[in-house]
Amino acid sequence: MPAANESKTNGTKTTNGSKTNGGGPVTFLEAIKQAMFEEMERDPAVVVIGEDVGVYGGAFKTSEGLLERFGWERVIDTPISESAIIGAACGMSYLGLRPICEMQFIDFIACCFNQLTNFVAKGHYLWNAPAPIVVRGPSGGGVHGGPFHSANPEMYFVHTPGLKVIYPSTPYDAKGLLKAAVRDNNPVLFFEHKFLYRRIKEELPTEDYTVPIGKAAVRREGRHLTILSYAAMMHTSLEAAEALAKEGIEAEVIDLRTLLPLDEETILKSVKKTNKVLVVHEDTKTGGIAGEIAAILCEKAFADLDGPLMRVASLDTPVPYAPTLEDYFLPNAKKVFTAAKELARY
Amino acid sequence: MKKDLTRQQYLDLYYFMRLNRGVEDTMVKLFRQNKIVGGLYSSLGQEGISVGSAYALEKKDWLAPMIRNIGALLVKGVPPRDVFMQHMAKYDSPTKGKDGTSHFGDLDNLHIVSPISMLGDLIPVMAGVAIAGRYLGQKIVTMTWIGDGGSSTGVFHEGLNFAATQKAPFVLILENNLWAYSTPVRRQVPLENLADRAKAYGIASYIVDGNDVVAMYKTAKEAVDRARAGEGPILIEAKTFRRMGHAQHDPAEYVPKDMRAYWEARDPILLYEKFLTSEKLLDTKGKKEIDDKIDALLQKERDFAESSPMPPAEFAAEGVYCTGDDCHKVQAKWERDMREVMPPKSSVPAVWTVEGFGAGKGSSGGIAPIHFGDTSATTEKAENEERLAPKSPPKTIAKKKSAKTATVAAGSRKARR
Repeated sequence: MPAANESKTNGTKTTNGSKTNGGGPVTFLEAIKQAMFEEMERDPAVVVIGEDVGVYGGAFKTSEGLLERFGWERVIDTPISESAIIGAACGMSYLGLRPICEMQFIDFIACCFNQLTNFVAKGHYLWNAPAPIVVRGPSGGGVHGGPFHSANPEMYFVHTPGLKVIYPSTPYDAKGLLKAAVRDNNPVLFFEHKFLYRRIKEELPTEDYTVPIGKAAVRREGRHLTILSYAAMMHTSLEAAEALAKEGIEAEVIDLRTLLPLDEETILKSVKKTNKVLVVHEDTKTGGIAGEIAAILCEKAFADLDGPLMRVASLDTPVPYAPTLEDYFLPNAKKVFTAAKELARY
Repeated sequence: MKKDLTRQQYLDLYYFMRLNRGVEDTMVKLFRQNKIVGGLYSSLGQEGISVGSAYALEKKDWLAPMIRNIGALLVKGVPPRDVFMQHMAKYDSPTKGKDGTSHFGDLDNLHIVSPISMLGDLIPVMAGVAIAGRYLGQKIVTMTWIGDGGSSTGVFHEGLNFAATQKAPFVLILENNLWAYSTPVRRQVPLENLADRAKAYGIASYIVDGNDVVAMYKTAKEAVDRARAGEGPILIEAKTFRRMGHAQHDPAEYVPKDMRAYWEARDPILLYEKFLTSEKLLDTKGKKEIDDKIDALLQKERDFAESSPMPPAEFAAEGVYCTGDDCHKVQAKWERDMREVMPPKSSVPAVWTVEGFGAGKGSSGGIAPIHFGDTSATTEKAENEERLAPKSPPKTIAKKKSAKTATVAAGSRKARR
């Protein structure tokens, strides 16, 4: 992914063309912070709970200043107890609160897997108890975090009915989707790719806005093939699409944004147009979203396909630490370019 | 047993214990008639704990039962038919057939949180309910139960420790019934008294004879009052014995005969009847009245349950997600002025500040490093690396505002990560 930087500093225009606040472009990180601040200002039922979120302001400073503004009752520093964080947040939501839980690194979400998948996710189905909680945290590799600070665990949860799973790629979406997540009555997992935290900037609108959960976005129009991606790999895909364009191949790049529920409509519409699909994700290959998309296309768009579904994903290994190893492990623009070219020729 | 409850309270405890046993006896019959589609768990001999502890709660308080706390549900106001229908997977049951046993709740009226089978999970959940109640000014207490076996789970520790750090108004009843399925307590925990676990969390604890319903009630009442007064969570170990197997399928032949005989002689209902008779609170006539009342009620409730249909098959596909306000209006009930938790009232002075730290600006105006994994964009990288290079510690740490906040600040740096 190292070569991907160029494509990420893609200027200051908003992705939806709306009026900006004139305060200059803000980072992905700042967008998250703004979303939490504004939601807490808007609704006293919104609280933040997690490890080091208060006094320290979060390991990545996404909650910096929240404690000072909203006080001890609304910004709760917890022991290192992920199950307690999720359990408590769930209990709080039963009384009408809307807690935002932080996983210091999303890797640690494994520690509360049971609480999330068995307790939180099943409540509405089983006993009609909505649990409007958000679980957010920094995810993803490319920053030499090593095997326990680089995970992309989204698919464990995409396989869990009752949860919603969001993985945005731009500051605009991060802010709008996080706000939508806070206002949603269901438990929402919100993955923040830490590689993007301060590498991309964007002007954000002045007014309050949300981005609908469950809707993909077409980031680049094209006619020869469709590249489906999300999070950091969306930028990698865009970079590859630029290189492909120089060779006369016009790739359509779609940012999935929400993985559960998946926006099948946008995917199927694009496939009807391009007839070829490449899925790019940073999650490891086996069991990644590409497999699910392949199945959906076989079921619903088999006649539209003029080539095999191809995928570029991370190796089926833990995330290695050394830069040489991690670079080899991760997808990059060159790998996407090569696969796309092969698919276009098919 | 000292006599200092009202007559009505004494009789309520008796009624609910009898009802508890009556409901479970009825379910054993239903089970033998293959009318219960799944497992059936018994609280035979533990009724005094469920009833005595739940009776200490007020209407506004919240509880979450475990599998052997049907009695607590009855005290809270759940009609027996709901318990029958849950077990029979009927469409009119609280979960409409989607779950069985005591796995159901009621957020709006009875304030019951549904349990799940993974033991200990309810502890942080009920701690969360407790602190949310405090936050909203509701002055509630929350209660849940755990067994000797469940007290070994990781989330028991996480939950109780978290509750203690938050001083949550939460009461945990640890039912030590000596057996976790087939494993005796001495092979689970190297402690004589499981109440000793409370020491690890710096919270108050009690040990009580779980087969003495009055002692159970009084202890629970004191604990609930203390929790409500702000003393933090309280652990009560109730000593008892699981008379049946883990569930109906389990004959529990691993239980020594003399142990069983000892506890059967200490049946909580039998003990309590002796007490009530000796205190002249119950006579043959009074007992018969209660017998008849319970019999009639259970017959009626059972008839209703049996006539309820199974859920329609397609119902399986419904209800995974809340579809919005038309489905559920999630609304907090504020019993304090919500301006107290909004700025400017909610604002507190900064606890600590390191100049430029985290705000994206270093002390000399450049980009400040935050954490590994947050290296800056390549354009800023060279400059940033220079700044990272000097190994001097952050320059200024502002004076702590108070001794209390200083402790928090010092504790916030963790070795683990």
